[in-house]
Amino acid sequence: MNSRKTASAIAVTLALALGATACGSGGGKDKGGNGGGSAKADAGLSSIVNASTKKGGTVTYEHSSGPDSLDPGNTYYGWVQNFSRLYGRSLVTFKPAAGKEGLTVVPDLATSLGKGSPDAKTWTYELRKGVKFQDGTEITSADVKYAIERSNFAPEALSNGPTYFKSYLEGGEKYKGPYKDKSPEGLKSIETPDKYTITFKLNKPFADMDYLAAFSQTAPVPQKADKGAEYVQNIVSSGPYKFDSYSESRGATLSRNPEWDPATDPIRKALPDKIELKFNVTASTIDEHLLSDAITADIGGTGLQSKTQPKVLVKAAEKAKTDNPYAGALQYLAMNVKVKPFDNIECRKAVQYAVDKAGVVDAIGGAVKGEPASTMIPPSVAGYKKFDLYPTPGNKGDAAKAKEALTACGQPKGFKTSLTARSDRPDEVLAATQIQQSLKAIGITADIKQFPADKYFTDFAGSPKWVHDNNAGLMMMAWGADWPTGYGFLDQIVNGSAIKPSGGTNLMELNDPKINKALTDGIGTLDTAARGEKWAEVDKLVLENASAVPLFYRKNLLYRPDSATNVTVAESYLGMYDYVLMSSSK
Amino acid sequence: MAAYIIRRVFAAVLLLLVVSAVTFAIFFLVPRLGGQTTDSLAAQYVGKGADPAAIAAIKANLGLEDPLYLQYWHFIKAIVVGAEYNFGPNPSVCNAPCFGYSFKTHVEVWPEIVQRIPVTFSLAIGAAVIWVISGVAIGVLSALKRGSIFDRLTMGVALAGVSLPMFFTGLVSLALFSFHWTIWENLEFVPFSENPGQWAWNLILPWCTLAFLYSALYARLTRAGMLETMGEDYIRTARAKGLKERKVVVKHGLRAALTPLVTIFGMDFALLLGGAVITERVFSFQGMGAYAIQGVTKSDLPIVMGVTLVAAFFIVFCNLLVDLVYAAIDPRVRLS
Repeated sequence: MNSRKTASAIAVTLALALGATACGSGGGKDKGGNGGGSAKADAGLSSIVNASTKKGGTVTYEHSSGPDSLDPGNTYYGWVQNFSRLYGRSLVTFKPAAGKEGLTVVPDLATSLGKGSPDAKTWTYELRKGVKFQDGTEITSADVKYAIERSNFAPEALSNGPTYFKSYLEGGEKYKGPYKDKSPEGLKSIETPDKYTITFKLNKPFADMDYLAAFSQTAPVPQKADKGAEYVQNIVSSGPYKFDSYSESRGATLSRNPEWDPATDPIRKALPDKIELKFNVTASTIDEHLLSDAITADIGGTGLQSKTQPKVLVKAAEKAKTDNPYAGALQYLAMNVKVKPFDNIECRKAVQYAVDKAGVVDAIGGAVKGEPASTMIPPSVAGYKKFDLYPTPGNKGDAAKAKEALTACGQPKGFKTSLTARSDRPDEVLAATQIQQSLKAIGITADIKQFPADKYFTDFAGSPKWVHDNNAGLMMMAWGADWPTGYGFLDQIVNGSAIKPSGGTNLMELNDPKINKALTDGIGTLDTAARGEKWAEVDKLVLENASAVPLFYRKNLLYRPDSATNVTVAESYLGMYDYVLMSSSK
Repeated sequence: MAAYIIRRVFAAVLLLLVVSAVTFAIFFLVPRLGGQTTDSLAAQYVGKGADPAAIAAIKANLGLEDPLYLQYWHFIKAIVVGAEYNFGPNPSVCNAPCFGYSFKTHVEVWPEIVQRIPVTFSLAIGAAVIWVISGVAIGVLSALKRGSIFDRLTMGVALAGVSLPMFFTGLVSLALFSFHWTIWENLEFVPFSENPGQWAWNLILPWCTLAFLYSALYARLTRAGMLETMGEDYIRTARAKGLKERKVVVKHGLRAALTPLVTIFGMDFALLLGGAVITERVFSFQGMGAYAIQGVTKSDLPIVMGVTLVAAFFIVFCNLLVDLVYAAIDPRVRLS
């Protein structure tokens, strides 16, 4: 009797503890205060929510792991590109503004956008005068040139960032980088005729130059302060904030840079006094901190965790504090045109018709996570034009049309193939399972093979040899643009030149002369509107080829705590909040 | 005694060498046997562009093309005499003990470990004090009041403590005390040197959750040990001599019951010094355990090697200490 009582007492205690946990964390504390409550759900997509001009306060960001590097010259992460604008001024940047306006490129360190030659091969920028580093020295074109040289040409030290400048600059393939080549002139195709002029000479026409110039890699770096990979520990600011502390494990603290002059900077308001960035905070803890208004934003910008989403969505007051933007990324199914029977376009069309895209979206968590896609270019990227070459009722797939295509392909009874996915991306695995079921309905047996994300491109899906040897006809793939134009999105995934022995991202192994030419023509077109038309054309060509099934445009569920002010979604940065604008009432 | 210590230290160094060789083999040799090429290894350390020139530069700079035995030799040599690396305009010197640079971020591993040691030590020491005192006290009282409600209740809770995994109790305590009642909102590690009060305050929750697991185990072990020793003849003799009960329990009973506990404590404590992996993860504390996770998830081999070796060092060192303490508390060991 005694022991039974003890046992039940323990059981009750535990049950109470669990119950308190279940209802405890979702509550959130409606502190009201700064009017965050008046905005509606998705208000951040088209307006600046909780607009404020009040100076002061601390903006606190958290991240579940950390950056690849906070060094503007050594990063590929979208959120660092966005965040680094607080301490690094690139030649041009995306306008800190709401909605589609945020996709516009505006001058930053430069006085105007790039002036291109008629052949789009020479680009010149004039720098603003009187802009200073945090140590008080004036920023010159040589500092910008040096920043580009170190970020693109010294992979032995700074290997994280993109290398577009290296690919596009004349003589880029031969230049050894500033750490090995100590000659005073450096890379000859970046000219600095005077302190305020910088000219880029490209090896081919490239009309998206302003988007390259918007990369954090053009933020100036003083050569005397550069210690290569160690520069991240002592970054010299050219923006409104400077580093007070930096720790790889704990994060960083930034405060005002007294040398920053607002007169030279028309785009930054720099309202907060202090910016705190914390790394390695458990993802669920970040969500709790957001809901309890303890922090300003999850800087990764990928939104609330799946398990937190229901807590927010079921309460009207909480849902009103969410934004559900496109993440600038597409999840798609790649069919390798060199693997049988996908070398036959009819077999590819069969898959196009068979896939139940609505089912895939349901499987990954519904409308807040994604929207069924029919194009490669997502709606938030310049060049997007809506069309659907393989429409099915309710996006649920059309088995009859799929079987027709299979018959045309000479495989009326279906066939066996492999479907690869990244094991540590649960959404991708769920989508793959859903696709497997759709294909089974028309007789195609797809064997799902899972691999870790960090080796997916180097050893498996991105290695044509492995793909051919293992008959991996179908591969799950997700892609976000390096810059938000059709070219920035498509070039690395559909251009024949993106096929590499290892680490490639053109999983379809598409090497279609028509597509390659359309990309080359488009990027040589100086007129922005005409260029946009070209990207829509490439998009159509890819889908006519039928080798990629667009599954869904990825969406994130972002949350605005009450204390967060000047909150708006930056479509230019994969649908995360704009960190140049963001401030806090705390 | 001096000869004994020297012998043990020598054995410890040898053991560490073996551990380092095995870890090195697991992370550098096994993937190669599994078909991984140096190209694909290097490709993990460049951005998503995977530019062939970048891969070649990384391979050369990290010495991935050297034969494995040479790579191992460079690794060990760097620990003893330091090394020089080229990750910038000028060569940077990595002073001994140099555990190399993170392959991903090129930040030196050793200073990062040194920065994290206080976090892990603070966690481990505080929790150990709590669990030893509470575990032993509960164990002794339970044994002395065997069959009582106290005994049954504490042993029931102890069973729960042993059975509930750390990631469960940790998350429950966070949910209750940090998110729901917000007693510890924004829990983060504050160095002792910065603010001792905040240091202790912010560590209470992790200490208690960690200690809950261990004290449960220690309470059960102490109780079992005490029950056994208290039934021994020499306890009856001690009582017959007219010794006070307190003296009988503490000096004669507990002392004998404690010896196996010391061994286990040495191991448990040493393992924690190598990183309280789950506790650090749950509470977002940046200790050695969190660093180890970072190394493993990002395939950052120098970090994995560094943490493994330092953790192995703590285990070997604590074992040595335990043996010495053992000699002090158990006369039989001294005599032999």
